[in-house]
Amino acid sequence: MTPNLHLWLIPLLPLVGAAINGIFGKKFSRQTVAGVALSFSGAAFLKVLAVAFSFSSLAIPHTETLATWIRAGSFQADFAFYLDQLSLVMLLVVTGVGLLIHVYSVGYMWEEGGFYRFFAYLNLFMFFMLTLVLASNYLLMFIGWEGVGLASYLLIGFWFTKDSAAAAGKKAFIVNRIGDFGFLIALFLLIKHFGSLNFEVVARSVSPLSPETGGAGLLTAIGLLLMVGAAGKSAQIPLYVWLPDAMEGPTPVSALIHAATMVTAGVYMVSRSHVIFERAPTALMVVAIVGTLTALFAATIGVTQTDIKKVLAYSTVSQLGYMFIACGVGAFSAAIFHLMTHAFFKGLLFLAAGSVIHAVGGEQDMRQMGGLRTKIPWTFWTMTVGTFAIAGIPPLAGFFSKDEILWRAYQASRVYWATGLFTALLTSFYMFRLWFLTFFAEYRGTAEAADGHSPPHGHADGHRGIHESPMVMVIPLVVLAVLSFTGGWIGVPGSLGGSNRFDKFLGAVFRSTTPALDPQQQAAGEVTSAEKETEAPEPQSGHATELVFSGISVLAALIGFGLAWLLYWRNPLWPQQIASSLGGLYQAVVHKYYIDELYATLLVKPLIAGSALILWHGIDRDVIDATLDNSAHGANEVSDAVRHMQSGNLRSYAGWVAAGAALVIAYMVWMGTR
Amino acid sequence: MAGAVNLLAQRHPINSALSLVVVMGSLAVEYLLLGAEFVAAVQVIVYAGAIMVLFVFVIMLLNAGEEARTKGSKVALLFGVPGMLVGSILMGWVLIERSGDKAVPAGALPGAPKLIGWLLFHDFLLPFEVTSILVLIAIMGAVVLASHPDTDQGKKER
Amino acid sequence: MVPISYYLILSGILFACGVTGFLIKRNIISIFMSIELMLNGVNLSFVAFAAQWHALSGQVFVFFVMVVAAAEAAVGLAIIISVYRTRETLNVDQVDLLKL
Repeated sequence: MTPNLHLWLIPLLPLVGAAINGIFGKKFSRQTVAGVALSFSGAAFLKVLAVAFSFSSLAIPHTETLATWIRAGSFQADFAFYLDQLSLVMLLVVTGVGLLIHVYSVGYMWEEGGFYRFFAYLNLFMFFMLTLVLASNYLLMFIGWEGVGLASYLLIGFWFTKDSAAAAGKKAFIVNRIGDFGFLIALFLLIKHFGSLNFEVVARSVSPLSPETGGAGLLTAIGLLLMVGAAGKSAQIPLYVWLPDAMEGPTPVSALIHAATMVTAGVYMVSRSHVIFERAPTALMVVAIVGTLTALFAATIGVTQTDIKKVLAYSTVSQLGYMFIACGVGAFSAAIFHLMTHAFFKGLLFLAAGSVIHAVGGEQDMRQMGGLRTKIPWTFWTMTVGTFAIAGIPPLAGFFSKDEILWRAYQASRVYWATGLFTALLTSFYMFRLWFLTFFAEYRGTAEAADGHSPPHGHADGHRGIHESPMVMVIPLVVLAVLSFTGGWIGVPGSLGGSNRFDKFLGAVFRSTTPALDPQQQAAGEVTSAEKETEAPEPQSGHATELVFSGISVLAALIGFGLAWLLYWRNPLWPQQIASSLGGLYQAVVHKYYIDELYATLLVKPLIAGSALILWHGIDRDVIDATLDNSAHGANEVSDAVRHMQSGNLRSYAGWVAAGAALVIAYMVWMGTR
Repeated sequence: MAGAVNLLAQRHPINSALSLVVVMGSLAVEYLLLGAEFVAAVQVIVYAGAIMVLFVFVIMLLNAGEEARTKGSKVALLFGVPGMLVGSILMGWVLIERSGDKAVPAGALPGAPKLIGWLLFHDFLLPFEVTSILVLIAIMGAVVLASHPDTDQGKKER
Repeated sequence: MVPISYYLILSGILFACGVTGFLIKRNIISIFMSIELMLNGVNLSFVAFAAQWHALSGQVFVFFVMVVAAAEAAVGLAIIISVYRTRETLNVDQVDLLKL
């Protein structure tokens, strides 16, 4: 007996909030706008909690159909919602972190123009993201997919009068679109070969198929195309270029969309399609390789950046790479675990960065910061928790999730593990670099920087000097800090004495019947057919090895800390010397390996030139416009010629009559003689 | 035919009018040959006697002079005359080809005037009445159109 | 016994002359007279056919044509007088106020 949980309320409540704020918000006071936005997203969160509490009494997977949508021949797609452990985890993350960011934004955006617009867009984003997560078929998920891209565009370009913001919004949307193209082709292939886009139907159709070896095949194609879509949405190579530019948007936007939720949609989608990926080893390998490369690549760039938000952006790209490594080696629940902890600590880091920026009056360059430790204590302590979490230092959340991924990566290939380990070192290094530069030593900024004269973040409340953020901004920071500290504890692996409840919880989702996977992976528990438990009892040696590797990861994190401490606390002059001695290499990294410039010359400029020449001049102007102009001109000419018939001259009229009569007579004669 | 051609050839309208009278007269004779005495009589009385007189009156009244050469209409000469020629040649050709040599009896038809009267007041009564009304309207129109502006509006204040 | 085609040809010639006069002449009264010539040509052919088929309704129709011609001549001449009063000319080429 499946009770009706009214799952449709979850996405719809934020949509109502968005509509109210969007249509009437201009007339509301700020308090009303904030109230509306918070109450509707809060209501969605409460609903999710209610669902979570009744979760154990439900039959999993739990589906609810709202209405039939498309019925074309044998193909059917419905407005239907799908609830299983994976959806529940995503729902909790999206609504929980989303609600916290809503609260934070009330404080952060209080003095900005367009207050109502911001919250309307934010609620709209929640609607689309929740649709994406709850969808029971790929098509509804695609609606959510596109919708979050739209919301991202609207929010990145929130300060649309600023050219760079508007351009960044466009870049995000267009690059996303390229990924979506791959996604769409994958959907078409699915429809063609399996006749449906419903998750359950696809899973049932794909399960009996055997894994494709040799690299080519339908499932490999679908998997690769899905990965293209995921690369666009989750900012992997080569479609990551939009994420650093997206920092033009307000910081809460960066926190919500580009750290916690939207960019994780790609990981979620790949996990949902695990049935397909597990039978296409080549695609899985591509996923892992892309993830590895991206993680390393972005981390190297993050080391050299001076804008606090850009460092965090590249860090996000890098951490997403980790999640894809996990997916690529078949450890889907590890990927989701890291997704969850990353939402906590990256969201925290972004919000705290926003608090720092707010405190120093809009300055984002870390070289102008410093010594803020004593001046903004709440921000400092919460950001410390976040930094330690991302570096992977136990017992914080990041350690458990990252370690899980590295362990699973090692079991697939040493290369993945080694790269991941080095990237972890880099991560720790640049995060602590950020920490030291921002909070320690002496304040390097201009004395009156807190006047707030830089446009995106002025405040007129007359605060002078560096000040702590208001409580409405600090409380979400604290909550996220607590979560970053404790969030990993539900995933403590067996080797450290825990029972890894998270993995077991999600394992039910990732059951598959593929017999031919690596037996070591089977032992590690990702794939057994009849068991709900995914963590099969491991031999003691497995535990010991895992402990050793955990130790190595912690060591890497500590080395990173040490290096940062050395370069940015003890010897602050060294970084500059190292940079100048590395010369060209350093320059290349600082300029993001000139990838944007490369794309511009290879793709953007030819496209613009081609459009202008062929489509604009050739077709639009010379064909379409010309046709219309010439027909108008022709009409003019014809009437000009005919005008002469009406001359007012009687005799010419008579002439025409006589000529016409002659014609008629001729015709009659001709008809008569036929 | 001579009269008709002369009408075209003459420059002064009064000469053309007189040529037209000649044409009318000849036609009356033709009608007699075809056995339509009543029509011939009416032709002479009405056409030659009334209408042509009217024409001559107007020519005298308006003191119409010789035709001056003005810039004519190209269309009339370019299209009209050739068109007319084409039309008439076609008609002529058809008539010659098709009509054969059906003869027409000469001499009067028996009881023509009485029969015409009969037809006029029995079968063609409606057209007859309508035509009379038409004539009435024509008279009124002619009077109105040709009346001197002063005499009609002389009673109104200027 | 005169073949009917002779009468019809004469009628045609008269009509053609009328049309030519209408096209060539510049004096409005001459144009009117050409119209009368056309009507006469048509009358002739009516009478010819009436005689051929022994149908007196042909002659009755001629009667009507004449009446209408008379009425039309009256009105037309009145118009000519009116035009002469306003435009001071009988040349039809100079009465072209209606041109575009």
